[in-house]
Amino acid sequence: MKTIGISPSRRSFLRGAAKTAPAIVALGGAFGLTASGAVDNSAASYYPSYFNASEWTLLSALVERLIPADGQGPGATDAGVAEFIDRQMGQPYGFGALWFMQAPFVPTAAEEFGYQLAQSPRDLYRQGLAAVAQAVQVQHGKAFTALAPAEQDAVLTALEAGTLAIGAVPPKTFFSQLLTNTREGYFCDPKHGGNKNMAAWAMVGFPGARGDYIDWVDQYATKYPLPPVSSS
Amino acid sequence: MSDSVKKPAVDVVIVGFGWTGAIMAKELTEAGLRVVALERGPYRDTYPDGIYPTTLDELTFVQRGKLFQDMAKSSFTFRHGVADVAVPYRQIGAFKPGEGVGGAGLHWSGQHWRVTPEELQLKTHYTQRYGKNFIPDGMTIQDFGVTYAELEPHFDFVEKVFGTSGRAYKVKGQVVGEGNVFEADRSDHFPLPPQKVPYTASLFMKAAKEVGLHPFIGASSNASGPYTNPYGCQMGPCNFCGFCSGFACYNYSKASPNVNIMPALRLVANFELRADANVLRINLDSSGKRATGVTYVDSAGKQFEQPADLVIASTFAYNNARLFLLSGIGKPYDPVSGEGVVGRNIAYQMMSTVQMFFPPGTNTNPFIGAGGTGVAVDDYNADHFDHGPLGFVGGAPAWCNPAGVKPIGGIPVPSGTPNWGAGWKKAVKDNYLNTVSFDVHGANMVYRDCYVDLDPTYTDHYGQALMRFTFDWKDNDIKMSRYVTGEMLKVAKAMNPQSIKVSQKNIGDHLDLRAYQTTHWAGGVAMGTDRSTSVLNRYLQSWDVPNVFAVGSGVFPVGIGYNPTGLATALTYWAAKAIREQYLKDPRPLVDA
Repeated sequence: MKTIGISPSRRSFLRGAAKTAPAIVALGGAFGLTASGAVDNSAASYYPSYFNASEWTLLSALVERLIPADGQGPGATDAGVAEFIDRQMGQPYGFGALWFMQAPFVPTAAEEFGYQLAQSPRDLYRQGLAAVAQAVQVQHGKAFTALAPAEQDAVLTALEAGTLAIGAVPPKTFFSQLLTNTREGYFCDPKHGGNKNMAAWAMVGFPGARGDYIDWVDQYATKYPLPPVSSS
Repeated sequence: MSDSVKKPAVDVVIVGFGWTGAIMAKELTEAGLRVVALERGPYRDTYPDGIYPTTLDELTFVQRGKLFQDMAKSSFTFRHGVADVAVPYRQIGAFKPGEGVGGAGLHWSGQHWRVTPEELQLKTHYTQRYGKNFIPDGMTIQDFGVTYAELEPHFDFVEKVFGTSGRAYKVKGQVVGEGNVFEADRSDHFPLPPQKVPYTASLFMKAAKEVGLHPFIGASSNASGPYTNPYGCQMGPCNFCGFCSGFACYNYSKASPNVNIMPALRLVANFELRADANVLRINLDSSGKRATGVTYVDSAGKQFEQPADLVIASTFAYNNARLFLLSGIGKPYDPVSGEGVVGRNIAYQMMSTVQMFFPPGTNTNPFIGAGGTGVAVDDYNADHFDHGPLGFVGGAPAWCNPAGVKPIGGIPVPSGTPNWGAGWKKAVKDNYLNTVSFDVHGANMVYRDCYVDLDPTYTDHYGQALMRFTFDWKDNDIKMSRYVTGEMLKVAKAMNPQSIKVSQKNIGDHLDLRAYQTTHWAGGVAMGTDRSTSVLNRYLQSWDVPNVFAVGSGVFPVGIGYNPTGLATALTYWAAKAIREQYLKDPRPLVDA
């Protein structure tokens, strides 16, 4: 039943690839390669279904700063985070169908009560990405993708702190949605389009869907030797 | 409703098919009654809802909550105080309500506890030991009206049905093993020996002993070996896959109504289970003192009436209060006058978490785990310590429960770690395999202004009012949690980690629904001996409509320190025994009001 994990040599290759990947991949050139339905192991060959070209470029750049490529392991781009988010937009989740969305909405409720907006995730991204693009243009006179990494991080920090106004969407809410989905896409089972090649799992040492540690539970302080496997 | 299709009458209709509904179905069919159980959610079983390997998918089952309540159809509203306007719980956060056959019993973790005898008599106990002035104003604690000795045979039987793994301390008055020295006497051993102890829990045990506490291996309804229960249902040995809470166990190792009861019920001719059957109300006759059955809606929107002589309300915890309110059973609670009972005394649990970070190469392997497994200390639970000089009511057990840490849900990172960027990434990489965590799982007391009623604004898919929680934390409970957490920090320090992170509440903190805490709500249809402060008598029979019984943690009149499943199910067998041995012979109130 269990699928065989990727070989050590393949993992080593992927780690090397991650190290040399540019911080922001130019994605425009990847358009035209359609991967409908089946998940591809390569992050570059995905054509988004929900996001338009400018949204996709900005989303990809934002998530890459949230989890940048470096010597530690894959960045969000290599992990397929943007692809994961795009796929989620087509799921009931994206339409807000997993949430209780009856009016009246009380967006002024204290934060302890959790999400209180009328927007679905699709709405949040559509409105939020456009507003971020515009706010950055006003502030810097250029696009987010044209900013230096430190400037990009400052934009994200301002969103997180709620100090960068982005129109109808509360900046903290947009940031929280983005960060939540980014972590999901980074660490989810690869069948959802993120965590390409299970490289994020390999980075932290999570064996994925191995699902049987009866021989390991009392081997204290011992490194688990097997690479991760997917549940698909 | 005139357009309801009337179903053939049965002896018993059961509303909700989780643990307590399944137990009632088994008990009452054994008594020869014709029983129909109605479950609002879909049919569920190990196949196809828990098959390997597709079930080992954190995103689908935890973040997207595949087995949880369909929030688009129904939710709850919350407010912190009686003067506030409540808003809906729009996304699953602090608690994970169940739905579907097996209820929350299909996706629970398997932590299996009884109760401390003094928590069953909380008011009497505190009054006798500390004096009645020790109980703060506004705290409405009371007794269950049943004793530990009365429930003990049922605790024992529940453990045999669940295939519980554990080690007893005292059986029939004789010390027999290295179990919980604070545990009340037992009539028998656990049916299975304790599970193996994962590494982090072994570190916790060693450190707890070093600081003079009394750690023990917790009881777990994850089977430590192959097992056949009294109903002939079989379990396989748990292999520590780490996917318990939120999931249906692929390995038949975690006790669930689906694995431990349903296979036996399937063979019973006088039992029928209807899934996708959402009960709108319990119907009463013109006197209002007798139930005639229930009205429900199926997945196609068609409405039915199911006549029955006896109605068992076995919805999840708080939902029984809503069902009673929607049906006009019992007097709704009014927090201003303090009168009325339905919805009164709602309790949650008071959690804190301590995380310890060790150097790279420690290999704590937190992906190895089982929901019920681990090591606990009971030194600060219930009244196992002198509350006199401390000035608060209640206590908290604490445990290191390696349940399987999965990466989306949150890899612990040390204090000061950024939420994103290269710093966060390095921290998750450095810490995933090198962290130990334990929880302080405190009791939440009950208060005059913490209750549930029907929301005036929001409705469910069927147009019925959502239940409204009026609830906030109180100083007494935060003081308790901070005291126990502070004591437990000695254990954390004895492990000699590089750093320690404590997540606990501060005085003045409000109930926060965003991050998961626990699904252990209790109360709303309290049992008791005084009908002015309880909805049910000591046999869980409605004081007002005696052919209605309610089961589940909603019957608890106060919060408890342990997880509630062991007590909720033992009380269900207690009620079933009263129905079988007393009520069926003479269907009348079992206690004179």
